[in-house]
Amino acid sequence: MAKVLVVTSGKGGVGKTTSTAALGAALARDGQNVVVVDFDIGLRNLDLIMGAERRVVFDLINVINGVAKLSQALIRDKRLENLYLLPASQTGDKDALTEDGVAKVIEELRTKFDWVICDSPAGIERGATLAMRYADAAIIVTNPEVSSVRDSDRIIGLLDSKTVKAERGERIDKHVLITRYDSSRAARGGMLSIDDVLEILSCPLLGIIPESKEVLLASNIGSPVTLNNAMSAPARAYFDAARRLKGEHIHMLVPSESNSIFNKLFGRKAA
Amino acid sequence: MSTVTPQPLPFRARSYMAFVLSPQQPIADWLADLDASIECSKSIYSHHPVALDMSAVNLNPDEIAHLIANLGERSIRVLGIEGITPIGAEGKLPPILRAGRVGQTFQLPDQTVVVNSVPEKQQKVASLLVEGRVRSGQSIVHIDGDVTVLGSVGSGAEIIAGGSIHIYGTLRGRASAGITGDNRARIFCHRAEAELLAIDSHYKMAADFAPDLQSQPIQAWLEGETLTISAIN
Repeated sequence: MAKVLVVTSGKGGVGKTTSTAALGAALARDGQNVVVVDFDIGLRNLDLIMGAERRVVFDLINVINGVAKLSQALIRDKRLENLYLLPASQTGDKDALTEDGVAKVIEELRTKFDWVICDSPAGIERGATLAMRYADAAIIVTNPEVSSVRDSDRIIGLLDSKTVKAERGERIDKHVLITRYDSSRAARGGMLSIDDVLEILSCPLLGIIPESKEVLLASNIGSPVTLNNAMSAPARAYFDAARRLKGEHIHMLVPSESNSIFNKLFGRKAA
Repeated sequence: MSTVTPQPLPFRARSYMAFVLSPQQPIADWLADLDASIECSKSIYSHHPVALDMSAVNLNPDEIAHLIANLGERSIRVLGIEGITPIGAEGKLPPILRAGRVGQTFQLPDQTVVVNSVPEKQQKVASLLVEGRVRSGQSIVHIDGDVTVLGSVGSGAEIIAGGSIHIYGTLRGRASAGITGDNRARIFCHRAEAELLAIDSHYKMAADFAPDLQSQPIQAWLEGETLTISAIN
């Protein structure tokens, strides 16, 4: 039974696209059939993060308008054969998305894949509301700082009222994914704590992704961080989050200064 | 035989709170805007007196009567009219009001989460219980009585009540009690990190709260015209 996920946040720049690509690739590496769908019409990014920008011919809007068939618009990943991308249109605007059109595309994707992961644009306008409209579950990407958390709270309110599932009186599964967690800043009290974030959002935690240069490195060469360096700290956190999505119980590790002891030892030696 | 000296009847005055609608020309467009803004809270005007402020439009008494009929179709009953000069032909219209005191501007919520979902029968109950939490951007509007929230009220969320407000979680958003002019209404919350507290249109913002009340259980009430906040316990 296919599962439709929306990766959303309200605020921009918190890591929705990075997380969509990383989780999609992690699930695909695990043998699942995955499609990642870019809903950011006019400002698409997911094609770049997936390294597929040179292979985009047709896009989501073309499929909605009947210009192209779904199979023509889907781009198969070069690294994983069961990972696909449905790109957004860079030229169109958000009004090109229609509710019926999106419903039809999502229904068709449900028949072909195990996981349909929708990368929502920032904001609460048409693109964002349609990205979440048909979702079974939501991943709310949040940075541990007040503006991001408040926007996430707003988005959760919309998830609970404006999705098809909510309108039917069902509950949409919600998972909080905390990204850009900086353990040294957290130790100094320069960030909201994980407990504060969860108390405000009161949703289960899917994972904590540490701040890392690996993320930037991977996106610069057009690869999901989980494929580029699977042993890096953010990649391991995304792999754990993907397994939790599948219902496995994985112990939650709060990224800490785990190498602080080493730092001290080597620091002394060097001195 | 005893004679009864007739006692003069006392003339009493009393002021009431009413919603004010200010029509704009063209009236058809304004009615369409009105329909759009009351779509998610249809009952908001139907149980409450409404005054028409006609100062922005220039209509003759027949046209005003037509407008009032149009509002009637939307269950909006007009109590009186202000902003027109009496010319003698307005006998069939509601009374002309003067010297109105400006009250609080009342924003219709973009999602009236609870009011909509409450079935007809329960609307007669004077208090409203919200079992969950109220998220940023959501408004709970209950002008008929008290509101009790068991969860937290997020930053950017608001509770508007005709009576008192009780919040058992953390209040990070806004709470406006006594919105229809009840100066005895109070606000109670288990943990105060509020953006704004208001009672009967007297308000205080977060910056005005005493720092030692931050994150404490508090109550707020009106002392004369001053919103007063103190710790509970």
